[in-house]
Amino acid sequence: MRFLSPLAGRRPGRGASDHTIPRVVVFGMASFLHRAALVAAALVAGCSGAPWNNPHPVSQSGGNILYSSFSERPKHLDPVQSYSSNEYAFIGNIYQPPLQYHYFKRPYELIPYSATEVPRAQFYDASGRRLPDTAHARDVAYSDYVIHIRPGILYQPHPALATDEQGRHAYHDLQPGDLDGIHAIGDFRRTGTRELVAADYVHQLKRLAHPRLHSPIMQLMGEYIVGLKELARELAESAKTLPRGGFLDLTRHEVSGVQVLDRHTYRIRVRGKYPQFVYWLAMPFFSPVPPEADRFYAQPGMAEKNITLDWFPVGTGPYMLTVNNPNRQMVLERNPNYRGETYPGEGEPGDAEAGLLRDAGKSLPFIDKIVYSLEKEQIPYWNKFLQGYYDASGISSDTFDQAVQFTGQGDVTLSDDMKKQGITLLTSVSATVFYLGFNMLDPDVGGSTERGRKLRHAISIAIDQEEFISIFRNGRGIPSQGPIPPGIFGYREGREGINPYVYEWADGAPRRKSIEQAKALLAEAGYPNGRDAKTGQPLLLNLDTTATGPDAKARLDWYAKQFQKLGVQLAIRATDWNRFQDKVRKGNVQMYFLGWHADYPDPENFLFLLHGPQSKVRTSGENASNYENAEFDRLFEQMKNMYNSPERQRIIDRMVEILRHDAPWVWSFFPKDYTLHHAWVHNRKPNEMANNGLKYQRVDPALRDRMRREWNQPVLWPLAVLAAVLAVSLVPAVLTFRRRERQTAKA
Amino acid sequence: MISYIIRRIFYAIPILVGVNLITFALFFVVNTPDDMARAQLGVKRVTPEAIGKWKEERGYHKPLLYNAQAAGRGAVTETIFFEKSVKLFVFDFGRSDQGRDIGYDIRTRMWASLAIALPVFLVGLLAYITFALLMAFFRATYVDFWGVVACVLMMSISGLFYIIGGQYLVGKLLNVVPISGYDEGADALKFLILPVLIGVVSGIGANTRWYRTIFLEEISKDYVRTARAKGLSEIRVLFRHVLQNAMIPVLTGVVVVIPLLFMGSLIAEAFFGIPGLGSYTIDAINSQDFAVVRAMVFLGSVLYIIGLILTDISYTLVDPRVRFE
Repeated sequence: MRFLSPLAGRRPGRGASDHTIPRVVVFGMASFLHRAALVAAALVAGCSGAPWNNPHPVSQSGGNILYSSFSERPKHLDPVQSYSSNEYAFIGNIYQPPLQYHYFKRPYELIPYSATEVPRAQFYDASGRRLPDTAHARDVAYSDYVIHIRPGILYQPHPALATDEQGRHAYHDLQPGDLDGIHAIGDFRRTGTRELVAADYVHQLKRLAHPRLHSPIMQLMGEYIVGLKELARELAESAKTLPRGGFLDLTRHEVSGVQVLDRHTYRIRVRGKYPQFVYWLAMPFFSPVPPEADRFYAQPGMAEKNITLDWFPVGTGPYMLTVNNPNRQMVLERNPNYRGETYPGEGEPGDAEAGLLRDAGKSLPFIDKIVYSLEKEQIPYWNKFLQGYYDASGISSDTFDQAVQFTGQGDVTLSDDMKKQGITLLTSVSATVFYLGFNMLDPDVGGSTERGRKLRHAISIAIDQEEFISIFRNGRGIPSQGPIPPGIFGYREGREGINPYVYEWADGAPRRKSIEQAKALLAEAGYPNGRDAKTGQPLLLNLDTTATGPDAKARLDWYAKQFQKLGVQLAIRATDWNRFQDKVRKGNVQMYFLGWHADYPDPENFLFLLHGPQSKVRTSGENASNYENAEFDRLFEQMKNMYNSPERQRIIDRMVEILRHDAPWVWSFFPKDYTLHHAWVHNRKPNEMANNGLKYQRVDPALRDRMRREWNQPVLWPLAVLAAVLAVSLVPAVLTFRRRERQTAKA
Repeated sequence: MISYIIRRIFYAIPILVGVNLITFALFFVVNTPDDMARAQLGVKRVTPEAIGKWKEERGYHKPLLYNAQAAGRGAVTETIFFEKSVKLFVFDFGRSDQGRDIGYDIRTRMWASLAIALPVFLVGLLAYITFALLMAFFRATYVDFWGVVACVLMMSISGLFYIIGGQYLVGKLLNVVPISGYDEGADALKFLILPVLIGVVSGIGANTRWYRTIFLEEISKDYVRTARAKGLSEIRVLFRHVLQNAMIPVLTGVVVVIPLLFMGSLIAEAFFGIPGLGSYTIDAINSQDFAVVRAMVFLGSVLYIIGLILTDISYTLVDPRVRFE
């Protein structure tokens, strides 16, 4: 163990005790405090040479472990309920849906995961006659997806699958008292496994219809999967006959459109033609769940101890959740039964040069354990990342200047401090769109009239997205020209991709139209200089937002200035999220901010946000602008049933043109994600779709340990100086005390 | 004394009903049951049917305070307020809106809160009283003057600054202890040093001044002058007489917070990643989990009332003149 205190070489010698009392006090105390600090620190570090400020146990030093964090506890880990990215970060690595996204290839490509191949839809007409693959959507009554599962896949060791000596399930008939002393899934003594079978996937599909599980995609899938709605009704009726919380045995119910064909094959029948269905097969909703797990967790006493499938998943993926204490830590460990998958050997151009394919052919996963620690605040997280205690980090606005700098050419590069630490920066454009929406039902900004359209175009030109991105997002974003982000089929780059109503092409790049052009459009809309031409009253528009606080105020002031450029007054109506949702749902907004992150990489998942039949006011759909255009809606129905092709691209181009013309949104920006990782982390590549990327990553624990020790040497001299200063300042007080004690009472 | 305590417990019942009513009203003014359902079900693809089912399962489909559809007592009992409040009085907190057992969560999380709050309380009390006595001893000298100046300065600094500054200085620059985190058992020690230190230091300004005021008031009394006139040393005067007689105002502020130590600190737990009841409450408020908010407010009220009763009892221990009559 090394100590870097300068005092170590400057301790007073024996002669110190011969000096006057104050000096003895000073040096004696400093020495004592110094020794005490050393002893305490030695206790903390366990004399192991580990840094004192290491928040991880010393026993983990040198371990093949990835350290990450979570800021809020996941609400659901049940794949039938989970639908947010912070939950997918866990269950994406635990469950194994039939398909997954290729980790490296772009555009995103589906590949088999537990399936042997990506299923191709088989089309049938209403009479059950097989149709060719090129069949038109109007002729297709049903699409069948036949999915073959690889034999030999095993579940993680789990007590729900444990058997006793007689081969019966060990924990399926628990008696009162059996759960005494059991507080988590790891407290069960026995575990077991079994082979993954097609029936487990079918069981999970039935769980979508479970009346108590509230799957967010039940309504959507009920429209497509044959028999799912009927099953939901049947299960709801059955549940009514059960006592409160009683076990609803799904194995006694069938869903007519989903059948097990053999031990490793099942078929899903979907109404009509729905090419996007395969994307859903890569989401946790379609992961396998063994019926034994439902039976195991439904036993009396389990829920009271918070031992549920929603808390302790049972999967076949590369990792299993071994610690679930969302108040402090969650730990994924390598599933000892996972095998058969190797690191990919192909990627997009540049991946090989970047060293991302060096591990091609090696067995996955590489890392033994992933430790997620609760970290609610950004500042401690960032500091611990810089100390080497977290392996990767995003960049917040607070830390942006510390992490990143811009070159003279406007390129983004790491700051010198980050480079010195060997940190790497990865950037990617997120499959997300942020927009300012107009409520098309509003008499002022909405409607399909020329007046409303010109007003919206004028506002679209006036709001300088480039400036917004530069000021408020540190350049992390690209102005959007339409609803479809880069990397998604249908996105157009360059001149043919610009929004001609807001931009013009100049010097090989899009240039925002001038504010004079916007003013001219405003005048044509009947608001010259921002005043109503008939009444002379200034135009006042309302913007509803959930943004509050000092940062939001700066942003909203900026927005007000953009409107002032047109002479239009902007009233900001800040409201909480609940009220905001309520107002949007009832159509009581004029303009609002929202965003959307893609479920899957298909233009349908963005264009449906403006599909008329999904109007928020009329149908509680996701079309918050309540936009309706007959041609757009017709093309949407046509486009959504097509596979990617030049014809589909042509239709999308037309749809995007309609949207740009009608301008129901101010197309704001597509955010750019910046992430950092240390030199000991390998094989990281941003992937906006895959949620199972942990298995590809690799760490170099020896390098990490070395760097941590180098960066975190304790610095003790300031503590010693502080102690000395305190001691010195006490000397006069002690002298005064003694003098007072000795003096006689005053007359 | 027993009859006094029983009487106080009965007095507590209407107070707790009132607290429940106020919590209920405040919560449901801001959040409707629909909002709660949406908060739990997520943002994407939430249908009115799903919201309806969620409410029905948890009993949030009923009227808030008065059920005009129900007959007799049902008009009051078949309401959200009645059904959600009555069980609290037997400490059955039920399940959170996320489905977890609240009693279990409280039992497991309170130890983490206590692990910080208790040392901060004890070390802090010792430090504040020591500093205050020191300043009282050196009253009207440079020690007292600069001590008060330092106290005012320390009072003026935001608690958040102590936390962030402390983490940066001790955890980042000096590399002496972890910046944040928590572990169980003896391993928790290294994580507790910094929050306890910051907890104590951040309270020095206000608390030392408060105790100094109490001691100075006591020092100026006649019996102290008499004690000095008898020739007692200043130390003896301070510790045997002044401290003992200043205990009533000290206990008023101290004993009442002892039961509340279980409730934890809202900000410190978030910044230090301590999985206590403070962060539990904050999480519940953020996720609009009424069941947890209601349970924590109720528990806080009960503990506060217990604290007040303990305070009254403690008066009899330090001042024989106080009687429960």
